[in-house]
Amino acid sequence: MTLARRIIPCLDVDAGRVVKGVEFAGLRDMGDPEELAARYNSEGADELILLDITASRDGRATFLETVSRVAQQVNIPFTAGGGIRRLQDGNAVLRAGADKITVNTAAVARPELISELAAQFGSQAVVLSMDVKNTHAGWEVFVRGGAESSGRDAVAWAREGVSRGAGEILLTSIDRDGTCSGFDCELTAKIAATVPVPVIASGGANTFDDFLAVFTDGRADAGLAASIFHSATHSIPALKKFLAERGVPVRMPMRPLGNSTR
Amino acid sequence: MKVSIIDYGAGNLPSVERALRSLGAETECVTSPGKIATARALILPGVGHFSAFVAGLRERNLAATLHDAIARGVPILGICLGLQAMFTASAEALGEQGLDLIHEVVQVLPTNVKSPHIGWNQLRRLRESVLLREISEDAYFYFAHSYAAAASEPHTAAACDHGFPFAAVVEQHNLMAVQFHPEKSGEVGSRVLRNFLEWAQ
Repeated sequence: MTLARRIIPCLDVDAGRVVKGVEFAGLRDMGDPEELAARYNSEGADELILLDITASRDGRATFLETVSRVAQQVNIPFTAGGGIRRLQDGNAVLRAGADKITVNTAAVARPELISELAAQFGSQAVVLSMDVKNTHAGWEVFVRGGAESSGRDAVAWAREGVSRGAGEILLTSIDRDGTCSGFDCELTAKIAATVPVPVIASGGANTFDDFLAVFTDGRADAGLAASIFHSATHSIPALKKFLAERGVPVRMPMRPLGNSTR
Repeated sequence: MKVSIIDYGAGNLPSVERALRSLGAETECVTSPGKIATARALILPGVGHFSAFVAGLRERNLAATLHDAIARGVPILGICLGLQAMFTASAEALGEQGLDLIHEVVQVLPTNVKSPHIGWNQLRRLRESVLLREISEDAYFYFAHSYAAAASEPHTAAACDHGFPFAAVVEQHNLMAVQFHPEKSGEVGSRVLRNFLEWAQ
């Protein structure tokens, strides 16, 4: 009996479509969020994360519609975030059907936001997303999609976020993101050893071995990836089989015994 | 069959409703004592803080009617905080009174394990379980909580270990409850809800 390590596909959503960000070169369409969510749900993803990467104000309503449509498709937990600045924003996302919310830039600007959300919705619903870069000053937290340094130390920020009520940390390595060179296991292990809450590793996943490494060396509770799943480079069942064969506890997709209602 | 989902203002109602409807059940969200009094089967969902739950029940005057319904034998399924609410009290809000259907106190998860306990975990069956019928022994269920009730006889049908063995499935006559989220536990969770519906019929 063991808590399974989670595999989490991430959907970056812009104007109702799943996209892949290619730095300074626009966004590439990766598909329909409902279709992808339904596919991952049936393939045995342990959770989904939807991130609103639209900048515009009116994009907000479109994102909430997407959250609500995705909620109809899944019977696994899912997290939504991007642009959550106030209690009302979090409330809107949860009411649309998400189970958890992520906060990032707005929490760095005003850490009380984490406390407010946790008091209102419970720690289990609040995921602190942090984008981290290795600079001359050490592991530093960046905001605005990784564009701007916050001057905060990653370990100290993770600790503060958790003490304010964050129930999970979504840790993205900016150095590795989009590089296909594997998760940053050193960074992940450092944060995982610091905080008492689960850590979701993100950024750089490319091969099955990358996931194995982040669950062993990186001590991650969950591994997140986007494009390798969307483009069907890797299937979730194959990844889980690979991990299970190497002793990593994973939840194999299974159906109950006996006749199903469907 | 018709299932009444108790809405005390802090629940995860839409996903529970959707899961029940996908199994062919008719659902209604109830907020008043009158509706609870006539219910044929009840669901007590819940996320959030124990004190918000207690306050929600108090504001809506639901506790007494809920006690009557349970005493009459109406099947009830508590989910997550809905399980914890059936106990006398919780370390999350000492001084607040739970429904006191089970005379024990919900504890905080110890500091030697990650908390909240978030993710998919397996169960250890302590006895024959109605809710786990036709579900394989190694199935995983989705948990998201920081408090738990210690597994103990006679109420616990299945335990989960995270810091200490806690009650993951409670079955005591018509009172049933799960610490995990069946509505978020994929096909296996759907089977738990179906087992409840079939048994409540």
